[in-house]
Amino acid sequence: MEIYWYIIIAVVLGIFFVLDGYDFGVGIIHLFFAKKEKDKVVIAKSAGLFWDSNEVWLVAGGGMLFMAFPTLYASAFSGFYLPLIIVLWLIIFRAISLEFRNKFNYQMWKDMWDKAFGISSLLLALFFGIALGNVVRGVNLGSVTNGISAYEAHYFFLPLWDSSFSPLTEHPGVIDWFTIIIGFISVVTLAIHGANWIILKTNSSVNTKLKSVVFKLTIVLAILTVFSLAIWQVVNPNSLNNFLDKPYLIIFPIIYFTGIIGLFFVKKFKKDIYSMLFSTLVILGGITSSLASLFPVILPSTNKVNNSLTIYNTSTSQYGLSVALFWGIIGIILMIIYAIVQYRFMKGKIDEMDYGH
Amino acid sequence: MNDMLFFDRLQFAFTITFHYIFPQLTMGLSLLIVYFKWKYLRTKIEKYNSAAIFFMKIFAINFTMGVVTGIPMEFQFGTNWAKFSELTGGIIGQTLAMEGLFSFFLESSFLVLFIFGEKLMGQKLHFLTGFLVFLGSWASGFLILATNAWMQHPVGYEILENGKYVLENFSALFKNPWLVPAFLHNQMASLVTSSFVVASIGAFYILRKKHVESGKLFLKTGVVFGFISSLLVAFPTGDWNAKNVVKYQPASFASMEGIFQSEKGGAEIVLIGQPNMVEKKLDNKIAVPNVLSFLTYQNWNQEIAGLDQFKEEDLPNNIPMLYYSYHIMVGLGTIFIGLMALSLFFLYRKKLFNSKPLLWFIMFLVPFPYIANLLGWYVAELGRQPYLVYGLLRTSVGVSPTVSSGNTLFTLLGFMGLYFLLGLLFLILVGKTINQGPRPTKI
Repeated sequence: MEIYWYIIIAVVLGIFFVLDGYDFGVGIIHLFFAKKEKDKVVIAKSAGLFWDSNEVWLVAGGGMLFMAFPTLYASAFSGFYLPLIIVLWLIIFRAISLEFRNKFNYQMWKDMWDKAFGISSLLLALFFGIALGNVVRGVNLGSVTNGISAYEAHYFFLPLWDSSFSPLTEHPGVIDWFTIIIGFISVVTLAIHGANWIILKTNSSVNTKLKSVVFKLTIVLAILTVFSLAIWQVVNPNSLNNFLDKPYLIIFPIIYFTGIIGLFFVKKFKKDIYSMLFSTLVILGGITSSLASLFPVILPSTNKVNNSLTIYNTSTSQYGLSVALFWGIIGIILMIIYAIVQYRFMKGKIDEMDYGH
Repeated sequence: MNDMLFFDRLQFAFTITFHYIFPQLTMGLSLLIVYFKWKYLRTKIEKYNSAAIFFMKIFAINFTMGVVTGIPMEFQFGTNWAKFSELTGGIIGQTLAMEGLFSFFLESSFLVLFIFGEKLMGQKLHFLTGFLVFLGSWASGFLILATNAWMQHPVGYEILENGKYVLENFSALFKNPWLVPAFLHNQMASLVTSSFVVASIGAFYILRKKHVESGKLFLKTGVVFGFISSLLVAFPTGDWNAKNVVKYQPASFASMEGIFQSEKGGAEIVLIGQPNMVEKKLDNKIAVPNVLSFLTYQNWNQEIAGLDQFKEEDLPNNIPMLYYSYHIMVGLGTIFIGLMALSLFFLYRKKLFNSKPLLWFIMFLVPFPYIANLLGWYVAELGRQPYLVYGLLRTSVGVSPTVSSGNTLFTLLGFMGLYFLLGLLFLILVGKTINQGPRPTKI
């Protein structure tokens, strides 16, 4: 039963990163490449029309994580207290910048919210990558010093950084040289994804330029990926074990690399949707590969005293999980149907749409 | 109270208070929008349609604010109340996750369609999307109230050896005797807020001599719905809730009513007075003998347990605030009924649109239903103290064990700054929308 919920939550959060991922990416591209007012409007709109229905997936995923794995939710949310609250502030800032940008027709007002939208999107993308880096690296569960736990075995607290910025110390912080690299990977990936979305959904004047931006960023992404894989082994030496035990899991890294290879052909695609599909593969492949390398662990312990948090030692009762499966599946099917309806309804280029208002 | 607990509670209280400014309007307003749209479908008179669209704009601003201040609420269960989440997440996670999955989704999705889709969909589908927004926002209220009802009066659970609460009976969560009265009371109170807002904007337009036709419609609708909902808040829904409190949380009932000592031969109802916690009595008290016993038990002489009947450690830890919250809420509720009855009488005599003093009064009364709504929640939440889950799990147990008070103070200050900015933006935008007014009706 735990494994069903693990898959459901992974799917929901995966969809969240694919959907909200492009609107974070749109923010990053907006920050660096939108210069003309017409482009700024339409690029911001390509995120603004969708962000709240995309963030529904975050709220749903968070709620289900809370219900199914309450111990994990409690441990991770209190342990990553500061970064999570900062992420909240950024989400709030981003949302209001999208919603309020066009409410007044002053250049200063618009410029201010444009910058807020771009910077908060960039930082959010960075933080999401850093979060993934933290999960892969593991944390000092129980905050063990010299073999003695300061807290209960499944609690911890991470400062934003430790002065050494090293993932290999006894008490690493949220930001260290490993997690920041994963953060960069996330920023680059989402920037590519967002650029693909802009190319697909708008007639902005920078579309042609964005294709070569995607191409260049894909090169950066490939280099960063190779580099991170090497240090990944240093930070978490067990990360290949699952793939050796269960060779079929190799499908997930293959998805990731298929995505990267596909993106190199961005300028040759006849249809813009293809590059969007390949960046989706990169996101899904990246997340699933990381999860597969950890399974059934969700948050590894970096000390030898306390056990890692797994889907089995953090879940609620079997009855709770099974009764929730019933409404959970109905809910997710409804959400997927709605998402399809919404995207069909708003298909085509955004600047050509007539909303009747 | 140690620092950690204090700052965690203060941050939750601050963020939820700010958050609840918005849903209390959107829940009631969605019903009024459905009403306007329905009237339009029936009569084809354009002013109803333009009212529906105008208020959906107000709704949208409030909804955005509700969403962005609502996500921190879900997060804070984990960040600040980790132990509580760990122990009870298997139960309250059910209703909270359903809220995220069903209602938040319905609302946010169909709101977009309502705002952008009128031309594309045709009027009947447009009505349907409005109705689904209403359904989503009320389902949201229902599921949040179901979560809160479990904390007020836990049912359908089982406690494991390791102290964790797990679900034993899913349907019991929805058959909780606390749930339906609390939900109906809350929804009616939300309808009071939105009726007052609608009436207030109407009064403003009439006094301002701008958009007068719409103003008259808003005022009339606001007054009719305001009168009905103000009555329903007090009776029967408020009455049901009071009876639940006296039955399941007698100590908080005594605190709300300011009964320090149990009195044989019937309890008096306190109208005015200040709790004196040192001498354990009310200062400057004005009270009517035996009425409370009658209201609660329909028996003039029934004894009601006073604060002296309970152990010190089981009493709510902020009795004066609980007492004031309750008395101000009830006082305001009474004023609302009176004002709306008077307005309705003037409306019936066709004098409402010309009675300037009354219009000014209606216009400026708009903050008070917000205050009454928030104080109602203060009564519920302060009354539940010193427990998170009434009678079972103390508030002091629920905080995150690893988050220090310095970190919580840091984030609390951050939230205060950010929410101050949000509040300013909100007022500017709502002000601008109201100033623009509904789209002019051709004909």
